[in-house]
Amino acid sequence: MTTTLNRESLLKAYRSMRTIREFEERVHTDFATGEIPGFVHLYAGEEASATGVCMHLTGTDYIASTHRGHGHCIAKGVDPVGMMAEIWGKATGTCKGKGGSMHIADLSVGMLGANGIVGGGGPLICGTALAAKIRGTKDVGVCFFGDGASNQGTIFEAMNLAAVWKLPAIFVAENNGYAEATSSKYSVPCENIADRAPAFGMPGVIVDGFDFFAVHQAAGEAIKRAREGGGPTLLEVKLSRYYGHFEGDQQTYRAPGEVQRLRETKDCLLQFRRRVTADGEITNEQLDAIDREVKTLIDDSVVRAKADPKPAAAELLTDVYVSY
Amino acid sequence: MSAIHTLTMPKWGLSMQEGKVNGWLKKLGDTIAVGEEIVEVESEKIAGAVEASVAGVLRRQSAGEGDVLPVGGLLGIVADADVADAEIDAAVADFMANFTPATGDEEDAGPSPEKIEVGGKKLRYLKLGVGGSERGREVGEPMILIHGFGGDLNNWLFNHAALAVDREVYALDLPGHGESSKDVGEGSLGALAAAVTGFMDAVGIESAHLVGHSMGGAVSLTVAAAAPERVRSLTLIASAGLGEDINGAYIDGFVAAGDRRALKPLLTELFADPALVTRQLVDDMLKYKRLEGVGDALRTLAGSLFENGRQATVLRETAARFGKPVLVIWGADDRIIPAAHAQGLTAPVLVEVLPKQGHMLQMEAANEVNRLIGRFLG
Amino acid sequence: MARKITYQQAINEALDQEMARDASVIIMGEDNAGGAGAPGEEDAWGGVLGVTKGLFHKYPGRVLDTPISESGYVGAAVGAACNGLRPVAELMFVDFIGVCFDQIYNQAAKFRYMFGGKAQTPVVIRAMYGAGFRAAAQHSQCLYNMFTHIPGLKVVVPSNPYDAKGLLIQSIRDNDPVIFLEHKVLYTMEGDVPEESYTVPFGEANVVREGDDVTIVAFGRMVNQALLAAAALQKQGIHCEVIDPRTTSPLDEDTILESVEKTGRLVVVDESTPRCSMASDIAGLVAQKAFGALKAPIEPVTAPHVPVPFSDALEDLYVPSPAAVEAAVIRVKEYR
Repeated sequence: MTTTLNRESLLKAYRSMRTIREFEERVHTDFATGEIPGFVHLYAGEEASATGVCMHLTGTDYIASTHRGHGHCIAKGVDPVGMMAEIWGKATGTCKGKGGSMHIADLSVGMLGANGIVGGGGPLICGTALAAKIRGTKDVGVCFFGDGASNQGTIFEAMNLAAVWKLPAIFVAENNGYAEATSSKYSVPCENIADRAPAFGMPGVIVDGFDFFAVHQAAGEAIKRAREGGGPTLLEVKLSRYYGHFEGDQQTYRAPGEVQRLRETKDCLLQFRRRVTADGEITNEQLDAIDREVKTLIDDSVVRAKADPKPAAAELLTDVYVSY
Repeated sequence: MSAIHTLTMPKWGLSMQEGKVNGWLKKLGDTIAVGEEIVEVESEKIAGAVEASVAGVLRRQSAGEGDVLPVGGLLGIVADADVADAEIDAAVADFMANFTPATGDEEDAGPSPEKIEVGGKKLRYLKLGVGGSERGREVGEPMILIHGFGGDLNNWLFNHAALAVDREVYALDLPGHGESSKDVGEGSLGALAAAVTGFMDAVGIESAHLVGHSMGGAVSLTVAAAAPERVRSLTLIASAGLGEDINGAYIDGFVAAGDRRALKPLLTELFADPALVTRQLVDDMLKYKRLEGVGDALRTLAGSLFENGRQATVLRETAARFGKPVLVIWGADDRIIPAAHAQGLTAPVLVEVLPKQGHMLQMEAANEVNRLIGRFLG
Repeated sequence: MARKITYQQAINEALDQEMARDASVIIMGEDNAGGAGAPGEEDAWGGVLGVTKGLFHKYPGRVLDTPISESGYVGAAVGAACNGLRPVAELMFVDFIGVCFDQIYNQAAKFRYMFGGKAQTPVVIRAMYGAGFRAAAQHSQCLYNMFTHIPGLKVVVPSNPYDAKGLLIQSIRDNDPVIFLEHKVLYTMEGDVPEESYTVPFGEANVVREGDDVTIVAFGRMVNQALLAAAALQKQGIHCEVIDPRTTSPLDEDTILESVEKTGRLVVVDESTPRCSMASDIAGLVAQKAFGALKAPIEPVTAPHVPVPFSDALEDLYVPSPAAVEAAVIRVKEYR
């Protein structure tokens, strides 16, 4: 399969995926020490999805994310340093330490928030897409959701509304096989989530979520159609998460060796490296350099997050209303 | 039969349907002269006194303190001392038998405010009384009542009808006020004066007696300076434009006040009797202040006319040299513009300072003010 | 001001004037126009009771009929508010909140706080509420207390046409999510409403009637019940002060407390069921902050702790009546 991406874009894509991976692996390590408060849901393994979709988006396109949102944030351009501080509950965090892992948002880059409510983002993204349509901006809205959310009424309502209003919206179902500890083989009674698309009068596309290039191409077509007034698309990305539903989940519901096998054979970063170095356009050294830079960035973000102050007591009462 | 006069609940303003008796100022059997205040009455908007239109003796107090009566309801009876009690009782019985209060639904067909386009802006006005040509006999020339800063034509509630007995009297909402357009341009006296002359053109008044209260007085003076031929006389009540002093805290506070709590103490400064500042009066003022454009209009006017607690324009010379009748009326205890501004104005300017009165004396001392104006215009 | 229009017309006029003034204002809801996609008339209904009638043709593309899909379109209104519009979404009956509450209380209400003050969500959710239409248990509830409980929401309960217009314009211009609740029985109520645009600020109670004996705090339609009671009580020499808070969030605590400091006696009239209601909220507030002024126990006058019944014989008993208010006032007045 050929790609239309130039070298600069390829390096950008790699950097995005590598940053997500490094970020998540580091949170995984640090969470185990007990220093990170609350709970976190890691995106490691799914990087090609967020990056493959968001590579097509501008700062004024919106995405809505999920409780497993770090990857979407990074791919959409949220600063990882602020994100790390947020996860550590610090005043310097993206949300001043008031949102935490499940609520990282940065509207200035079109990131409408990770979301603690499964399926919560579907209606919201219909709204950003509606605003774009009414204002004639050609922007799109992308709703990321999982196989668990695919069974939520909000997602059905959102897909229906998007089709009724012919909104520039893309519904990206990231099917990682498990809603918490329940397999999608149990909870999704049809073969594929994308099979539901025709019922809403929109195209349904299935794509291999380990293959950045496949996601990138399929997302590109859906987003182009949306920008041109062609209405919504349901894109099912089949992938896997490398860690549990949340950190601390022993994942006893998974097959022994399942994750290890995927990491060794299908990992999106491995596949990407193999492919772009094979045709000589990009060298291993270039990618290694990115790996080092990203590691430095994430290491540094943790050092800063640890040192940064927690929110002042007065912050408890601020930011509830614009005015009250 | 010597006359038996019924004293009835007055109708102050279009919306008044009933009034409460606050207290009798005269006792049963008191002898009463024309113009004397007999009983204090309160509508939901304002309190005031009912005054005797005939001389006689107060023979009955049909309503007691605290009673609520419909407009037109019987307050009491004034009659000569020699009228028999039986006659009076019969008159009361007759009144009661025939009186039917207005339901309020039928929207009593009295005159109501109108709107007219002047220079592309809407001005609201209320006309009472009729002119000579309509009545076929000699009556007074037209009069225009011009309210003050933040006021409107309702400021003349207790004066308008009395002054319109023998002439047509127009009460105007200046630009930025009441229900007139809220565009005040640069907010100068000249712009407001132009609205007044524009209004006169629009309704076909060649010249008129101008009665101005507070800022409306300064507007009247400005009209007199710019177009003296359009002004037959000037009555300046607690007028701006006669000195530099003005209560800057009141002006700034009034412009800024956005709620009842802020506004009420300010409005209290306008009156000698703080009890006159009723809930409804404050509420009506708030309703005005909330209208789109009013905030900007008031800020513009205050900035142009009354910045930093000083009046930008003093027109004492205009008053002194006008050459036509000028009457200046002031409340001695005015807390907005000091009565001292009335000092030093000499004949032919007539000056009347009413003791124990505040800034809104045309409302609080309506009967006295009406009498002074009536006498002034002969 | 001489012009009288109805509560319903006042709401329509507020929407109309704000849509004319600001192109970012859109409205959406089930049959807000009516007739979408059907062979007959467009704008056939203009809202189920005609409140939005006429706006569809006046503002092309800005009056959106929705599928019966409250979670979808209420959430869409919230999302659109995050992306530069000022949507007014109509939830036909507030009872339908059950199928879309998440989009309001977990999403719209919390964005600003969760996102560290970097989001604003200027969305208005309009909804009809209240008993009196024989509409039974799922179309008659009075749920403003539920919204009032949620930080991040503002809650508006206009009791008359003047307030309805000014508060709705304020709601649309406000930068926070606002729940605007319209009592269906009040739609035909007439009152003086200025033709011009104006705003009535939030958190500023209206002292509808002044009096020294007993304070009555009432919400929405209950303000009128309270006024009827106060007029009757006046004839018995009992002077009631009637306070209409106009918004339950923010709440003008000061006006209520000042009044109770003066009267020492409080009746709260609330069409909601009694538990965790505005009646209990106000009672708690006054018990805590004006305890020393109280001369009698606080009397709540509320609906009973039952669903809204259908039969007129029962529904009329359900809604707090002027007679019930009167009786409560007399109880607190005569308390020794």
